[in-house]
Order: sequence, then C-alpha cells, then structure tokens
Amino acid sequence: MWQFFHKLGSPKWFYGIATRFMPWLLVAGLMLLLAGLVWGLAFAPKDYLQGNSYRIIFIHVPTAFLAQSMYIMMAAAGVVTLVWRMKLADVFVKAVAPVGLVFTFLSLFTGAVWGKPTWGTWWIWDARLTSMLILLFLYGGVIALDRAINDEKSAARAVAVLVLVGVVNIPIIKYSVEWWNTLHQPATLKLTEEPSMPTEMLVPLLLSIAGLYLLFGWLACLRMKTEILVREQRTRWVKDMIMAGGR
Amino acid sequence: MNAKVDAVLKPVETGVGPVQAMIAVFSRDVRVAFRQRQDLLNPLLFFVMVVTLFPLGVSPEVEFLRQSGAGILWVAALLSVLLSLDHLFRHDFDDGTLEQLVLQPQPLFLLVLAKTLAHWMLTGLPLVLLTPILGIMVHLEGNSIAILCLTLLIGTPVLSLIGAIGAALTLGLRSAGVLLSLLIIPLYIPVLIFGTGTVAAASEGAPVAGYLALMGAFLVLALTLAPFASAAALRISMSNS
Repeated sequence: MWQFFHKLGSPKWFYGIATRFMPWLLVAGLMLLLAGLVWGLAFAPKDYLQGNSYRIIFIHVPTAFLAQSMYIMMAAAGVVTLVWRMKLADVFVKAVAPVGLVFTFLSLFTGAVWGKPTWGTWWIWDARLTSMLILLFLYGGVIALDRAINDEKSAARAVAVLVLVGVVNIPIIKYSVEWWNTLHQPATLKLTEEPSMPTEMLVPLLLSIAGLYLLFGWLACLRMKTEILVREQRTRWVKDMIMAGGR
Repeated sequence: MNAKVDAVLKPVETGVGPVQAMIAVFSRDVRVAFRQRQDLLNPLLFFVMVVTLFPLGVSPEVEFLRQSGAGILWVAALLSVLLSLDHLFRHDFDDGTLEQLVLQPQPLFLLVLAKTLAHWMLTGLPLVLLTPILGIMVHLEGNSIAILCLTLLIGTPVLSLIGAIGAALTLGLRSAGVLLSLLIIPLYIPVLIFGTGTVAAASEGAPVAGYLALMGAFLVLALTLAPFASAAALRISMSNS
C-alpha cells in the first residue's frame, strides 16, 4: 500500500501507467457515453409533461455532476499537496481546474437551453443556478491565482489553500442560496432515495454519467501528462524518451 | 561545540506570551494607521460615494430606496472592505515587518488574528458607525436601520477575516487588487445574503433572531478557521518572495 503511495508520487511512474490506461479509458468512455446518449436521445420514452425537451438531461446532468465532483477531487488533491507535498497532486489540480470551469459553463449553458422551453426564460436567479454560477467563479479564481504566481511550488500550495477554503464554503453557499430562492426542480439523483424517474430514462442517464466520468479520466491523464512533460523537460527520463521517439 | 548547537536550536524564550504578542501587534497596527489618517478615511469616502451612485444611477424615488437601501449599503460596505484589504499586509510586507512576524515564536495565526481584528476596527467598525446616516439618506425606517447596523456589526468582521485569506494569498503579486476581488467575492456571498435577508425580514415584521444567530455562526466559524488559512497562506507567500 505504502509502496504504491510512494510510486504515485513519481511523475515518471505515473506517465507510464497513464500511457497504458488511457486508450482503455477513451474507448470505454466513448462507448458508454455514446450508448447513453443514443438510448437517451432516440429510444427513451417522452416525458409526459416536458415532451422531448427533457432529453437534454442526458447532457445537462452528467456535466453538472462532474463539475461539482471535480472541485471535490481538487480539494482532496489540495490536502495531499499541503500535507505530503506530492508533485502529482498539484499537477492534478492544475490540469483539472480549466476542465472544471468548462464543465460548469457547459452545465449552465445546457441548463439555460433547457430552461427556455420549460420555464420560459434563459436565466433565473434560482438557488441551484446561482450556486453553479458561484462555482464557476470559484474555478475562475483558482485558475487566476495559479496563473498569477510564477513559482511552481508556491503556486501549488497557494492554490491548495484556496481550494480548501472554497470547499468549506461550498456547502454554506449552497444552503444560503437555497434558502434565498428556489425554483429548480429537486436533485434528479439522490443516493439515499428511490430515483424519481422511470428505469428507461434512468439507465441511459447513468450510462452517460459513467461514460463522461471515464472520458474525464482520459482527459485528466492527457493534461497531466502534458504538464509533467513541461515540468520535467530537463530530466533524463524525458530526454531519453524523446530521443527514443517514444510517447 | 554541542552547547553552541543547543543554544541555537533551543526555542528563544522571549517571555512574551501569545496574548501579550497579540495585544502588541494590535496596538501597533492601530498606531501606524492613525499616523496615516488618509488611509483610514479612503474606504469610508468610497462607501459614501458608492451609496450615492444608486439614487443617481437607478432611481431617487423613496419607494425604491426604502426597498433596496439595505442591499445597497451592504454591497457598498462589502466593496469598501474589499478595497481596504490590499493594505492589510502590504506595508508590512514591503518593509519587512511581516517577515519578523512570521519568525516570532508565538503562533502565527494568533498574530494574524490580531492584525485582522485591528483591520476590522479601523475599517469595518467606522462603516457601521456611518451606516445610520446613510440609512436615513436612503429612507430606511428606524427599526430597519438598527437591524442593518447590527447585521453589519456581526458581518463586517467576517468580511475582514475571510478577506485576510485572500490578502495573504495575493501578497506580492502583480495586479493583486483585482485578483483579490476575484478570489474573495464568491466567498462573501453567504454573508451578503443573510445580512440583507435579516433586514428584509425585519421590515416585514418577521422575527430576526434566527437570522442573527446564523450570522453569529458565520462569525464564529470565520473566527476559528480563517486565521489558520491566512497564516498558512502568509507562509506560502513569504517563501515565494
């Protein structure tokens, strides 16, 4: 266990592992996502109230799901950065923050597209929309701070502190905004309750969430590999690999 | 030889306890601030000016101002605290005082807490004292003004405490001011919501004890957690320079 933990700290080891797993992540992710989307968009039954417009749920919910869980993952990596000073953890935070920003934006955008036919408006100052918007700001702050600090190590630790402060605040923001205004339908999926949607809709939704998770894993590996190459460009193993024409 | 190493490695016994050190830092900050009075006045002037913009920019009607006055005052107070945060560590950072603070044997988070409390006393508290006048100017009723002052009294220390984290993180960076706002404004949102919500409830005659208790909870949470984050951020920024 501890040996694995130490190995995980080595960028070289991670580079090799990521190169080996990435094709699997990509293929499995694409297959699941495609299956989920085709099933959801073409074969799942119509919603009796919203008609076909509800089908954007198969894109909206996975992106929103991932946007939130990415911040939690970043916070976990932030703890690792601060406590163990593990290089890979801050490579992860740096690689994932822009992806999180894009996914948050996508979930807001698809939400707006969904809101137009359903609520009759693109945007409403509703609790969950607002808290997603605030999440977008938090991602923006993380990226801005990371770009502003030149020294790699201090940037990593400063960003870790900011992410942790943010993660303490996320529940507070969520509940205060919820108290302030609520129109959005309650959460689609809850772990503790029976799902409120029929199985024909639920299965494709779960498929596309799982597919997007795997694709995110692939993208994170790709971005982390790039970041590792930039950081380790002076080391022997990178030079040897480039000279050997390997990837 | 060994005795020498021991003497170097042993923690310095200054005879100054943490509380004494906090008092020293606090009173020094207050004294320094009163020697540069203009810096004290600027956030207050800014506060008054931002409030003035709303009747000019939106509408001077009594009904509108009465309805949104509390929100306007809260946003203006929030912005002027944000504006003053840049000074919290900047001067001490430039002249090396901060480095000495970091090196003190007393825990850094207590010293940071003392600095933050001094910052609140010099910016947040004057804002609260100024609020009744501005409250009358935006036609708030007496009861609402009292509640507004109370929420600002509980809320502005939270603003200072959270802001200190951002100020410490952005210390010594280019364009630190704008970056500081980007990092901190999202974290200010809960305080703003409950601050204005309390006044809205009071003006409708609803009980406000629950709201005030929640704001008090924010204050306790910020008071206990924020100094640790600020101290950690300060250490990172100091090692960066």
